[in-house]
Amino acid sequence: MKNPYVPFPMRIEEIIVETEDGNIKTFELSFAGRDEGERFIYTPGQFAEISVFGKGEAPFGMASTPSRPGRLAFSVSRIGVVTQALHQMEKGDVVGVRGPLGHGYPLETFKGKNLVLIGGGFGFSTLRSLTNFILHDSNRKDYGDLTVIYGARNPGLLLYKKDLEGWRERGDLRLHLTVDKGENGWQGHVGFVPDVARDAAPNPENAYAVVCGPPAMIHFTLPVLKDLGFGDENIFLSLEMRMKCGIGKCGRCNVGGKYICSDGPVFSKSELSRLTGEGHG
Amino acid sequence: MIALSRTLRKDRVEGFLERLLDEWEVIAPVRKGGLVILGKIDSARHVVLEYGNTKESPKFALFPQRETLFGYRAEKGKVELNVPRAKEKGQVLFGIRPCDARGLLLLDRVFGGDCSDPYYEEKRAKTLVVTLGCVNPNPACFCRSTGGGPCAPEGSDLFFLDLGERYLVEAASEKGAALLEEAAFEEADEAVLALGEKIKTETWASMKPPALKEDLKEQLERLFDDPAWRDLAETCLGCGICTYLCPTCHCFDLCDEGAGRGGERIRVWDSCQFPLFTQQASGFNPRPTVKERFRQRIMHKFSYLPETQGMLGCVGCGRCITECPVNLDIREVIRSLSEGNVR
Repeated sequence: MKNPYVPFPMRIEEIIVETEDGNIKTFELSFAGRDEGERFIYTPGQFAEISVFGKGEAPFGMASTPSRPGRLAFSVSRIGVVTQALHQMEKGDVVGVRGPLGHGYPLETFKGKNLVLIGGGFGFSTLRSLTNFILHDSNRKDYGDLTVIYGARNPGLLLYKKDLEGWRERGDLRLHLTVDKGENGWQGHVGFVPDVARDAAPNPENAYAVVCGPPAMIHFTLPVLKDLGFGDENIFLSLEMRMKCGIGKCGRCNVGGKYICSDGPVFSKSELSRLTGEGHG
Repeated sequence: MIALSRTLRKDRVEGFLERLLDEWEVIAPVRKGGLVILGKIDSARHVVLEYGNTKESPKFALFPQRETLFGYRAEKGKVELNVPRAKEKGQVLFGIRPCDARGLLLLDRVFGGDCSDPYYEEKRAKTLVVTLGCVNPNPACFCRSTGGGPCAPEGSDLFFLDLGERYLVEAASEKGAALLEEAAFEEADEAVLALGEKIKTETWASMKPPALKEDLKEQLERLFDDPAWRDLAETCLGCGICTYLCPTCHCFDLCDEGAGRGGERIRVWDSCQFPLFTQQASGFNPRPTVKERFRQRIMHKFSYLPETQGMLGCVGCGRCITECPVNLDIREVIRSLSEGNVR
C-alpha cells in the first residue's frame, strides 16, 4: 500500500531571495531519484507538503511549471516555525516533499479561451506556474489571449523579477504590474489590483478569470469581475486554510462539505457560493 | 449471509476469552480506579461485562492518540526515513457497545476512500469486533436517534446479548461466524431466539424515539449565520473533551519529535475546539472564537459528514454529554436548532 504520509527527499539546488526585505525566498529543488521525478506529475495550482525534519511540514503551491521537468520551485515566506527553518537552509541541504496534492487549475477547461490571471502578493506563486506553463512553446497555441495582472504592496515585494522582465518582452502576453505604494524610483503603475482589473481585464466572452491573493484583494476583485460580466462558473480561485495531512483526513481545512486540500485548493466561484462556511472570500 | 446464532454460558466466557488470547491481542472493558475503561488484557479474569459504557471510545485501538508515522535521521545533504513495521498479531475489541462499533464504520470511511490511510487500514484488517448489546442504556444514550440502536449489530463481527444465565451470540460477519465454530458455544433454540428478540424490542422501545429531523442537514446550512450559535456556545469552555471521547472524532495533527538529527514524525489527536487548530502562521484565524469552533463541531457531525461520507458523525453514545464540564447537551443543541427556536 502506498504510504501518503512519507515524503521523498529533494535537494536544494538554488535559493533565490525574491524580496528586498529578504522575507520571501524561492527554493529550487531537484529530485534525488529519477523515478520520483517521473512520478511527480502535476498541474499548476497543485501543492506539496515540505518537511524540514525536526520542525515539521508546511504546504506550498508549486511555483515552477510542469513544462520544465526535473525540478520543483517553492516560494516561502518566512512566517512560521517550518518556514523559519527553511530560510536558514543552504544549497545542498535536503528537505522532504509529499505531493503533488490537491487539484490545480482546470487546464482542459481553459483551452481555447482567453485568460486573465489576477494575483496579489505571495499568492502569485501558482499563477507564475500557470503563466509559464501557458507560455511554453508546446502549450501556447492551446490558449487564447493571456492577460496577467500582478500587484504587490511596494516594488520591493514583487516576486520573480526575471520572469516579469521576460514576459514584458513577449508579444503574446499582456502584463500589468501595479504596486500599492510607489517607491525606489518605481516608474510603473501605482494603484490597487481590483482597479487595474477593471481597466485591463478582457471581454468576458469566451474568457476565464483566475484570482489568487490576499483576502482583501479577492474581496474587492470579485465584484469587479462580476460587473465586467464574468459569470461564477468562469472565475477560479485558489483558497488557503491551515493544512496538515493534505489528503482530506486530518480535518483541519474542512469548510462546509469540502476539504480545501483534497477538493481544492482551486475552486470555481460557483462551487464556493454553494459552500457553507468560513474561510473563503 | 444466513444469520447464525449460538449461546454461550456465562461461566464459559472466561474460557472463550483465554482461547482468544492465544491468538489475538484482546482489548476489553476493565476496571481502573472507579472507572470502566478499555484496556489490553493479558488474562480473562479482569474483564468487566456489566457496565453502562466505557469511559473512552475504542477508536484508540485503530487510531492511537499518539502514533509514529516514521522515524527520520537527517544528516547534512541526506536523510533516512524508517516506517515502523505493523504488528503481526491481530486484535479483538471485546465487549464494546453497539454505538462504538457503529463509530468504527465512520472511521472506516474517513481513513479509507480514494487515498486510504495505511496505518489505520493495516490495523483494521486485523481487527475483530465483538459487541455487547445494551439492555440498560444510560440516561445520556441516544443511539436510536442517530441511525443505530441499543442492539444494532452494524460494525460488529460478533454480537453478544445478555439473557441472564447466558449470552445469545450472533454472527454479524463471516469472520464472526468462524469464531462460533468453538465447542464452548451451544445451540440457540427457538425459545432462546424468541427471548433475544423480546429483549431487543423492549430495549429499543425504552429509548426515546428519533429526534433528528430528516431535513436537519439543510436546516443547519440555513442556520449557519444565525445568531443562535452564540447563545448555544455561550457556556462552552472549548476544552475539547467532547472530541477526545467521541468515537467518531478523528481530527489529528502531524508533528516532529526529536533531538538533534534524529527523531520521529508522529500523529496525535487534535481538536477543532482549539483555537490553534485553524490559526494560520500569519495570525489569521478563520474560526477566531468559541462560537465558530462550536458550530464547526456540530456542522461537521450533522451536516458535512452526512454529505461527504453518507453518515452522521454522531452515534449517540452520550459521552460528550456525561463528561462535559459545563453540562452542554448535544441533544438539546440539535433539538433547538431543528426547531429553530433557540432563544
